[in-house]
Amino acid sequence: MRWPGRENRVLEIRNLTCGYDKRFHLKDVNLAIGEGGFFGIIGPNGSGKTTLLRAMTRILKPESGEVLLRGKDIWHIDFIELARTISVVSQNVSTDDLNVGEFVLLSRIPHYRGLQFLETKHDEEIADNAMAMTDTLKFKDRSMSEISGGERQLVLIARALAQEPKYLLLDEPTSHLDITHQVRVLDLLKKLNRELSLTVIIVLHDLNLASEYCDRIALLSGGTIYKEGLPGEVLDYQTIENVYKTVVIVEKNPISLKPYVLLVSEDQRLRARKK
Amino acid sequence: MLILGGALIFIAALSLCLGSAALSVQTTIRSIFSGHNTTAHNILFEIRLPRIILGFAIGGALSLSGVILQGLFRNPLVEPYTMGISGGAALGVSMAIILKIYQSVGLVTLPFAGFLGAVSVIMLIYTINIRNKTLKMQGLLLTGVMISFISSSFIMLIMAISRTEDLHGIIFWIMGSLEEPNWFLIKLMLFISLAGLSLSYIFWKDLNALRLGEEEAAHLGINTERAKRALFVLASILTGCAVSVGGIIGFVGLIIPHFMRMFVGSDHRVLLAGSFLGGAGFLIFCDTLARTLVAPSELPVGVITGILGGSFFIYALARKGKSGA
Repeated sequence: MRWPGRENRVLEIRNLTCGYDKRFHLKDVNLAIGEGGFFGIIGPNGSGKTTLLRAMTRILKPESGEVLLRGKDIWHIDFIELARTISVVSQNVSTDDLNVGEFVLLSRIPHYRGLQFLETKHDEEIADNAMAMTDTLKFKDRSMSEISGGERQLVLIARALAQEPKYLLLDEPTSHLDITHQVRVLDLLKKLNRELSLTVIIVLHDLNLASEYCDRIALLSGGTIYKEGLPGEVLDYQTIENVYKTVVIVEKNPISLKPYVLLVSEDQRLRARKK
Repeated sequence: MLILGGALIFIAALSLCLGSAALSVQTTIRSIFSGHNTTAHNILFEIRLPRIILGFAIGGALSLSGVILQGLFRNPLVEPYTMGISGGAALGVSMAIILKIYQSVGLVTLPFAGFLGAVSVIMLIYTINIRNKTLKMQGLLLTGVMISFISSSFIMLIMAISRTEDLHGIIFWIMGSLEEPNWFLIKLMLFISLAGLSLSYIFWKDLNALRLGEEEAAHLGINTERAKRALFVLASILTGCAVSVGGIIGFVGLIIPHFMRMFVGSDHRVLLAGSFLGGAGFLIFCDTLARTLVAPSELPVGVITGILGGSFFIYALARKGKSGA
């Protein structure tokens, strides 16, 4: 398949309004995400992060506006073509009683040809490769219900990788993980982003992780984009206090020089005011 | 799969040899190949063989329908009868019996009335639950269960006001039997269930992907709305036909898919055919018991499938629990 010129290598959201049952969670969102980037979506609970992700993956039909993948409305792209371009790591995947190897192999479904009935050697190699990259090959024969939360997250990423996408969309892949696994997951994504030039679009709750890893960040608030840009542009204390209604101090990480958000508890706030 | 096929052939052969008229194995084999127009030959080909073929077709269809619905709803407790389809068929048949339509039209009336009842229920649940071109699965299940209740209440009402001989007819139909004198219907049923099996294989990818949930399946490039609609209609038609011809033969569509999942896993490439063969074999076996245990009279096959299937299943479950799996 030939794609149009380089200027079109972008996932673009134009005047998107959408939601569930006539209640709009997203209002007039405009966003352009260039290929090869590491793009973060942040915002308070209920600001529409997951809704935006669902609109980008054709789960939620827009009320108005459109989502363009390389210049083409995603609702006009063939299901299989879309699945070969975008793969998704969502929050709740039911994994049934599958074992890890079978689970990862399911990602090959969009690559099956016509009447193909069994996985080819090629499919299995790609699945094994994806598990090797995510360091999950050793669980291959374990059941999905037996592995830990951190391991499970890595397996979900392995499955998404074996789908051989151009874009990888992730919905809070680090929630419920300890810092070891948070860093492991994000380091892995960064590596994939760099080495395979995979476009990563990631919804994150943790502002500091977003700041450390993302090239660009969009901050959502109440269903609209409050601010979009480099981490240093988006994450200043005034913006965060406005959107999150919380007092914070923003410092610089001494090593990466990226913004670092510190919280201040109420007690400390009162004490500071007395002084 | 080979083992299953072998077991099926063995059961079918066993079933051919057993019956109220005790024919020895030699007599059976001899009359299959040479003895035309002998009594033995007639018993085999006019009485036993049709039942075996029908058992194969109905058992396969019910079990296949069960495995499809369980995959579609991702709920292991769903079975063909949960959807109210059997209720509709039973209601259709009861009406036909009590209104004495069969006296004027003939023997095919009951299956036809059953099919009509089943189809109306399918269309009813389908139209209630389709909104904005999406099929609401949870609603489908709930309306199905409710329609089941409503139609069984209506059947009870009909039974309460009907005369004894009609009552008998209704009860016997509801309990299910593989006795079907009409060769055309048997062939039709066989054709439908084999066609259903082939059609189900068009959707094996969809069913496998749906194990992860609807959204995940969509992320894998599955047209979930098309798959849901097609699979629901396919399973419904299989059930509707099976129920119309054989009556309400319970448990096959619930137990066999479970069993198969325990043995062959949940990959639908194996599971679909496995359940079909398993259901076919199980029903032929149960029917053989039904007509030999109290020969020369016979038990309703639905009773056997329920007792045998249920206790077997509890046993398997308990053993699985003990081995810690």
